[in-house]
Amino acid sequence: MPEIIEKALKDMPSSGLEWIGIREVKETNTVRYVRDGKPQMNDKTESHGAMVEVLVEGQFAYSATTELSIAGLQRAAEKAVRLAKEAARFKVFSFSTKERPPVKANYQTPSLKPINDLSTKDLTDLLLKISDKLKISPKIIRTTAIAHTAETEVHFVSSNGSNAHQSFSFISGDFEATAQEGSLVQKRSDGGGRGRSHQGGSEFLFSGNIWDRVQRVAEESLELLSAESCPTESTNLILKPDQMMLQIHESVGHPLELDRILGDERNYAGWSFVKAEDFGNLQYGSKLMNITFDPTNRNQFASYAFDDIGNSAKKEFLIKDGLLLRGLGSLESQVRSKLSGVANQRASLWNRPPIDRMANLNLEPGLSTFEEIISSVDRGVLMETNRSWSIDDFRNKFQFGCEYAKLIENGKITKTLRNPNYRGLSVPFWKNLRTIGNRDTLGTFGTPFCGKGEPNQIIRVGHASPTCLFANVEIFGGAN
Amino acid sequence: MPRLLACSQTLKFLVVQIKMAILDREYFDELKNVALNSLKSHEYLFLSLDGESSQFMRVNAGKVRQTGLVDDAQLSFAFVSDQNGGLRKISRTISLSGDAITDASRIQKSIDEARSESRYLPVDPFAVLPKNYPASITEKKGNLLSPFETANSLLSSLQNIDLVGLYASGTLVRAFANSAGLTHWFKTDSFLFDYSLFTKEQRALKGVLGGQTWNEQDYQNKIKEEGERLSFLENKPKKLTAGEYRVYLAPHAVADLISMLSWGGVSEAAIQQGDSPFRKIRSGEKKFSPLFNLTENFSEGTIPRWNEEGALAPEVLEIVSEGLLKNSLVNSRSEKEYKVKSNAANGGEGLRSPFVSPGKILESEISKELGTGVYISNLHYLNWSDQPQGRITGMTRYACFWVENGQLQGPIENMRFDETIFRLFGSELLGLTTKAFWIPEVGTYGMRSLGGSSLPGILVSRMKFTL
Repeated sequence: MPEIIEKALKDMPSSGLEWIGIREVKETNTVRYVRDGKPQMNDKTESHGAMVEVLVEGQFAYSATTELSIAGLQRAAEKAVRLAKEAARFKVFSFSTKERPPVKANYQTPSLKPINDLSTKDLTDLLLKISDKLKISPKIIRTTAIAHTAETEVHFVSSNGSNAHQSFSFISGDFEATAQEGSLVQKRSDGGGRGRSHQGGSEFLFSGNIWDRVQRVAEESLELLSAESCPTESTNLILKPDQMMLQIHESVGHPLELDRILGDERNYAGWSFVKAEDFGNLQYGSKLMNITFDPTNRNQFASYAFDDIGNSAKKEFLIKDGLLLRGLGSLESQVRSKLSGVANQRASLWNRPPIDRMANLNLEPGLSTFEEIISSVDRGVLMETNRSWSIDDFRNKFQFGCEYAKLIENGKITKTLRNPNYRGLSVPFWKNLRTIGNRDTLGTFGTPFCGKGEPNQIIRVGHASPTCLFANVEIFGGAN
Repeated sequence: MPRLLACSQTLKFLVVQIKMAILDREYFDELKNVALNSLKSHEYLFLSLDGESSQFMRVNAGKVRQTGLVDDAQLSFAFVSDQNGGLRKISRTISLSGDAITDASRIQKSIDEARSESRYLPVDPFAVLPKNYPASITEKKGNLLSPFETANSLLSSLQNIDLVGLYASGTLVRAFANSAGLTHWFKTDSFLFDYSLFTKEQRALKGVLGGQTWNEQDYQNKIKEEGERLSFLENKPKKLTAGEYRVYLAPHAVADLISMLSWGGVSEAAIQQGDSPFRKIRSGEKKFSPLFNLTENFSEGTIPRWNEEGALAPEVLEIVSEGLLKNSLVNSRSEKEYKVKSNAANGGEGLRSPFVSPGKILESEISKELGTGVYISNLHYLNWSDQPQGRITGMTRYACFWVENGQLQGPIENMRFDETIFRLFGSELLGLTTKAFWIPEVGTYGMRSLGGSSLPGILVSRMKFTL
């Protein structure tokens, strides 16, 4: 298709146009899912289309289509121009071509083993084996295993010289055991909600000590059946990386999106407690807190060379030593807000316009070992693997739940706890960050399911974090 | 080579018909023929089309933030092979380009791939073969705004009103066919304007306007009326402390709670597999109030009744009747696995058209019946905090008020709640209002959604706020 896209661009009528770009996307998602040793889903979805975007009288407008002929793209362009002209009288801001910088780049996901090397039979057999191995007791009433791969090709051309290509390969895997005794039901998974999501080849699918993890997940689901309920108290809370990813995502990532701060999301995802004047001034967390936006991190889930408007990606500190410095805002949000931002204007597919998104949003590691963190706590709870999440529309009052927890007494891990939950307010919570784990405690996770925007979009994000200790957190257990 | 010949004849025919629009029934019929003619013996197919030709205009501060058009058509099929000892099932989705030759080629390539891949899959004991259920055709023409006059119609009269939201409008298509000869067709024009009006203090009212015919005067009247109501939100909000409060949940808030029942709630598979709190209802360990009646009700016809296999759900199906679980939602997979009769639920066994029966509280008496407590207009970001126990957490949002002795006192600061469905629709449910309001589904993930829910408000004696 590249030649058609490029030819279509050359043949576009230029009357009244300040800028025109075409972003062609072809994405193939494959999901294989087994439950209780039986196939549930073998699905492949191919989506192929293009978004033609124009700038007329300072107003961007788009027309997205699956008709990828030159005539089809030209029709889309004509409609976009008409839309832009009509909307320009009511534009929220007068944009310029500075918000669509020219880009010439090529990016390809680094991978050792291409995803396509995974044969249908081998992958299905692996999932069935995981499902089978999880069933270590009659009390385990449900076992699942899932593998999700995606290959995405993006080709972006524009009237100011962009001609760039990105080729992504994504892979996610998860498995889960559900145990039951009487009316008590407990679940344990390998990262929660496909948390083990990476960019790369098949070397990332169920990599590492997979069979040890399968055994552990199964055993811990049973262990939870006889565990005490998480106590209700204000105490020290240690979060493992597979819960930290959610904590970073909800209480740091979304509130720092500049389009939220500018009010674009007020009718849907909501606003933000962060105000424009907070940048450079707000002590967001303790001095240990260093948050980076890093789409350049090799093999992390949301890495790329440029965003969907052609802005080149680079690593930036958003929060340094706890001080808020920079927002998650694209060139459009930067010019509207007069704040510094990042290259993050991203779209879920060809049929949605790019908006401000997280990419890889990471908490930089500190110095403490896991053992040092545990031994420093007289009383507290260690929680891991997200299972429930909810936060208000200003991204302030949150309540999160985890699959599994351990009680810590006198510097030692003692009992297992079930139904662990905690709640808090974003900035006070991060100001209570007491200890941050070193690189050995770092876990790299991600999710394919970050929802935002009108029209709605789901996008991939990555989060890496060490294990962390927070003081004075309100924790509690399940329903009576 | 008779089958190849049939394919090439189809291709020729498609070339002649190339001017058909991508969302026309004739085009779907031609693609259906291509797909079905590609099948060999012991092969079966379920075919679905999801398409839209939509405008999306995003508004912030009463101005255009983003505006665009999306023409999208996705053809999905489930290929079932009945060979070597059982059924093997593979699903595929492709984008339709509108070019007949290209689309036919994509369909044939996908079916060939599915056929090849199915050989390596284990038998799926819960897969089913196509049946020739009753067919259906629905076409609803609307009278919508032209995309090229939307901004003017919606925004020119707003002046200084801080309106934020999404206007979505156009044609939606859902179609189905299978290799047993069944065809369904559903095509509708519709619009939705889902918006919020904000005060200077950034407190907001939620509004939704939708239908098949745009009426400029209705819109202007609605905005004017809501703008006048906004002034009440300018009062200083009351900060509530954590604890239990008597509450009235307005229909939008009830819709959010009912939507949670589609997330591992009323599904037979979820009940069987341990996730669902309805296990406790079925076992008798917990119960809902006799005042609570929930049905799946398709009688308004806003969403197709057929499921992924083409089976038509009953027009009305009782889920909860006088507090008792009458029916879970059961699809064909659950029927085979759990030996429970299917009621043509969809793949996720979720509610597609929920209806909660009204009660006896007059709308005009809501404040009086509430007495002293919280009037909750909307909820936000709900999630199970303990799913098997039926506990949900979430936030209040938009225009929520403190009421004292039947008098609205002013807005509240948003609060987090953590409460079980067994209390909200059970032990603490005092009554429901006399009118069920239509709440359209406004979701646009992937494509614009169809349908919605129809619900009254509910009065609850105690609801737990935590933060």
